[in-house]
Amino acid sequence: MDSLISLIQAAIIFGTVIMFGAVGEIIAEKSGSLNLGVPGVMYLGGIASLIGVFFYENSTDNPNQIICVIIALVCAFLAAALGGLIFSFLTITLRANQNVTGLTLTIFGSGVANFFGGSLNKLAGGVGQISVATTSSAFRASIPALYNLGFIGKILFSYGFMVYAAIILAIFAQRFLTKSRAGLNLRAIGENPGSADAAGINVTLYKYLATCIGSGISGLGGMYYVMDYTKGTWANDATIESLGWLAVALVIFAIWKPRNTIWGAYLFGILYWVYAFWRETNVDLGFITLHLPALTRRTQELFKMIPYIVTIIVLVITSHRKKKEYQPPEALGLPYFREER
Amino acid sequence: MSNKVLNQEPLLRITKRDGMPKLRAWGIRGIAVILSLIVSAAVIFLIVKMNPLKVYATMVSGAFGSSRKSWITVRDTMMLLCVGIALAPAFKMKFWNIGAEGQILVGGVATAACMIYLQSLPTWLLFVVIILASIAAGALWALLPALFKAKYNTNETLFTLMMNYVAIQLTSYFVALWENPYGSNTVGIINKATNRGWFPSIFGKQYLLNVIIVAVLAVGMYIYLKKSKHGYEITVVGDSENTARYAGISVKKVIIRTMLISGAICGISGFLAVSGASHTISASTAGGRGFTAIIVAWLAKFNTITMFVISLLLVFLEKGANAIASMYHLNDYASKMITGIILFFILGSEFFINYKLIVRAKENKEGK
Amino acid sequence: MEPTNAIELQNITKKFGEVVANNKICLEVKKGEILSLLGENGSGKTTLMNMLSGIYYPDEGKILVDGKEVAIRSPRDAYELGIGMIHQHFKLVDIFTAAENIVLGLSGSRVLNMKAIEDDIEKLAQKYGFELDLNKKIYDMSVSEKQTVEIVKMIYRGANILILDEPTAVLTPQETSKLFDVLRNMRDDGKAIIIITHKLNEVLTLSDRVAVLRKGEFAGEVDTKDATEISLTEMMVGKKVDLDIERPEPHNVETRIEVKNVTCLDKYGIKALDDVSFDIRSGEILGIAGIAGSGQKEILEAVAGLQKVESGCIIYHNSKTNEEEELVGKSPLQIRNIGVALSFVPEDRLGMGLVGSMGMTGNMMLRSYREGGSFFTNTKEPEKLSETIKEELEVATPSLSTPVRKLSGGNVQKVLVGREIAASPKVLMTAYAVRGLDINTSYTIYHLLNKQKEKGVAVVYVGEDLDVLLELSDRILVLCSGKVNGIVDARTATKEQIGLLMTKLNEGGPLNEQ
Repeated sequence: MDSLISLIQAAIIFGTVIMFGAVGEIIAEKSGSLNLGVPGVMYLGGIASLIGVFFYENSTDNPNQIICVIIALVCAFLAAALGGLIFSFLTITLRANQNVTGLTLTIFGSGVANFFGGSLNKLAGGVGQISVATTSSAFRASIPALYNLGFIGKILFSYGFMVYAAIILAIFAQRFLTKSRAGLNLRAIGENPGSADAAGINVTLYKYLATCIGSGISGLGGMYYVMDYTKGTWANDATIESLGWLAVALVIFAIWKPRNTIWGAYLFGILYWVYAFWRETNVDLGFITLHLPALTRRTQELFKMIPYIVTIIVLVITSHRKKKEYQPPEALGLPYFREER
Repeated sequence: MSNKVLNQEPLLRITKRDGMPKLRAWGIRGIAVILSLIVSAAVIFLIVKMNPLKVYATMVSGAFGSSRKSWITVRDTMMLLCVGIALAPAFKMKFWNIGAEGQILVGGVATAACMIYLQSLPTWLLFVVIILASIAAGALWALLPALFKAKYNTNETLFTLMMNYVAIQLTSYFVALWENPYGSNTVGIINKATNRGWFPSIFGKQYLLNVIIVAVLAVGMYIYLKKSKHGYEITVVGDSENTARYAGISVKKVIIRTMLISGAICGISGFLAVSGASHTISASTAGGRGFTAIIVAWLAKFNTITMFVISLLLVFLEKGANAIASMYHLNDYASKMITGIILFFILGSEFFINYKLIVRAKENKEGK
Repeated sequence: MEPTNAIELQNITKKFGEVVANNKICLEVKKGEILSLLGENGSGKTTLMNMLSGIYYPDEGKILVDGKEVAIRSPRDAYELGIGMIHQHFKLVDIFTAAENIVLGLSGSRVLNMKAIEDDIEKLAQKYGFELDLNKKIYDMSVSEKQTVEIVKMIYRGANILILDEPTAVLTPQETSKLFDVLRNMRDDGKAIIIITHKLNEVLTLSDRVAVLRKGEFAGEVDTKDATEISLTEMMVGKKVDLDIERPEPHNVETRIEVKNVTCLDKYGIKALDDVSFDIRSGEILGIAGIAGSGQKEILEAVAGLQKVESGCIIYHNSKTNEEEELVGKSPLQIRNIGVALSFVPEDRLGMGLVGSMGMTGNMMLRSYREGGSFFTNTKEPEKLSETIKEELEVATPSLSTPVRKLSGGNVQKVLVGREIAASPKVLMTAYAVRGLDINTSYTIYHLLNKQKEKGVAVVYVGEDLDVLLELSDRILVLCSGKVNGIVDARTATKEQIGLLMTKLNEGGPLNEQ
């Protein structure tokens, strides 16, 4: 039982990171921008929040937790949105290829983040281990009264506010896309920019805004990873990058509906972490007893493949079924140039 | 009706160029590279306050400062070029193979497996088996998305992207399987004592064989794309599937065949990375080259000669930036940052080659 | 005083490169009237209207809306002026519902209240008599339903001036009459309506006034009550112009291909060809005339094996062996190898038989690259061939390897037609071979076709210009709505006769003079 609770907790925290990434990317992709720079903007969001908070915490003896949180959120959003702006300028105004530009943004973002993440200590004059404990604890604070409600409290209320923010954001994004005027216009652009243009929508403006805001949201995922997952420190490994690609996978898995990212993200989290909690068991199905062996370090790696394989299967099934609502936005990845019609 | 002033032509109009002389196009790209180098130097200056001229000098010595450094620069250039060569036919066909990273890795895994399990084979036979195994692995990894693209028109960009991570996990599995010493979670140098399955030195040059293999592939791919019937079909399919239909070309067949070739050469890249360079395997054996090479192939417009120039430029930047970073005890991710900057500039410069801006003629402004 | 003209065009000129699409056109549309804009293909009707809807910007001239001079730079500007155009290719988002498409791009409350919006639209629809399921997705709709959505969309955003580009081309007669009822209701409501069409009977039943364009020029206008089908045809096609195209007498005429009762469907499942029968004969030129989209493309593609034939057969008579071969079911490649060549010049000139990024030599190979057992392509022969074509047809290209995309239209066409002729086919089918070409180049192409005819090749020429068809062809097949509406002797037929056959189905079945 305890290990099940731990698994769910791990999955929810993990899922929250990619949920931010995926919701941001869905908004961008709905405008037709296939931004493969998601890992890059998540990196940018993560490092910018860390640097911002680091300087604040170091500049005062009693850092205020609320200010810490605000600095982290603002820095992460702006840095990631700036990454999105580079992508937008190159692909929308200068009409560079989206795939290539997105991949470049990923290279750039991981370079910037890991460079500063690894060198921050040195550049700041050797202050020792980079750690933003105050901010991190603010992000991880849960409500004690609810947390103590037994296992339900542990499953539902043991997290920092960003976990709930992600869910609210996903629901809000869903409602925005389906119920608002701007959301309708945005979807029209991703489906058929020519029609949207003919309907008097400012295609360029919408694409810029959707891509930049989407990137900013994805960047919050990177920030959450740094502040909660790694508890306010930086590690120069490629984890954010693999989470970023998982966020791209989640977009497909959710068939471009923000609502689906909620359970999709947690499912990915469970699939990703299940290896750590897997025990040797015998499942009695009545007529047959299944023996499920314990995982070794090797087979754990195979388990981590599952989210990607599931995504591929979803991709194949949707392309095979050809149901219009399940397809990627029709103009995804294509440039739009009015005079080319 | 709104009382907006409506009788004005737009201030800026963008139109497509019919074409630009090659020399001028390269001039624009050259300017982009120079601009990006200036920006990079400025970034480095802001971070470490290093004299920009000294930055360039350090970069050059970092990449070509000694014979060994030069050879490593050459080796890495060849590796990147090899992946670029692999991607060229797919992109020429407008098939977005983002899966090179995974195709390289499975090629590397196949190579490492042969080196570990088939040590007892005679050297020549071992190499034959390794090459065949790495080709088969890479081709298989590319075949899956190609089949589904041909059959259901499944989005190949997303499919190949996902295949990368399946390959990475698969590699991690084998790393755990082969780990040496136990508990290190690395494979260590394979056949350290016997050097079985390692590239032999030629004329005393450790990496000359890498150069030879990639040079053969580069020339071969150049000829394949320009002169062969297959290459001809790839161009037609990439240009217009409708014309291909008019000419009686089976688009599905061409997609599958071309992706098999693309994956096979990625597999060979994995072989180069393991047998010809690191002699080990890890999830970072491909090291992001599968992604960088996409940009190389795209920018070079699939011309293998141009690809060499761009690969060299990128590897030079990487080595150079690393030299600066280590001089200041900073980490070598600086090179990725610089690579990103330079690629942004080159990507942006293509706009000025393909389009022209028309500013509204002056006399129309009188209405103001 | 309230101006009576909804729109006034003064001396509008628009050029595309060398081609003058509209030359100093003056036109006015009154409030509360339906104006038909009549003209042959390529007469500049759509171009003119696109300048009202904000897609093109005129090179010269003035546009007045409600008596005030305006500049229309984008569709948005057009909306703000109350102009709505319904294009032939609908501007709808497939996965949206009708209601969503209608409100797309409008300003208003941030949150969409679909219920209220649907009520509004419903009221509007009832006022004019539209039948519309607002919650149906566009991809589930028939063409006529989509058109309704487009019209409602325009009215919902307050269009007082409605332009319809060939609205009935895709409708059944019942749907057409429903549409006309709606349009009349709108006219009575004071809206100005412009309808672009070729169909004379519709012009006569629907409109109040007719304006005619011919070859980019204004050819005159007339009140509908004073017009007849004959008078309109004369205005549309103009006086017969003597082009002085040589026409050698056909000799050794024998049937090469027999098309029997062929029916084909388009992608919407509508009959693009309806029970079509005719012969293609050696040593003569068969002209095919018809309004754009009457089935020309499908006929040629069916013979070439590129279009699925639902029923009927296409028989090839082999002159050497005297054998008969069924072409339906053969692959395009097999049909080519039998000796049937097709050169189709599409609107964008490329994409149907040419590879834009390749040079002349590369494009010559498209037919022949498979020849020989070698793994490599043989460029010697294609190079020689392109050299010959370049010289004989005077193709202006910097080099044989310059991408054909960069050549001018005429030169691209010479490459395409030249290649097909070079394969020395038994049957040569060309479509729009002189599309957008200058006079001299056109004559070069006519000459080429005549030479083929004298060599005993069976030539099919699909064209737009009736004068050319009348002087170049031996027989003319006239298509109307996917049916053969008549096959006439080009030496005796008149332009008006063909114009009528193109626009109005013969009641007593196809006219056959052969």
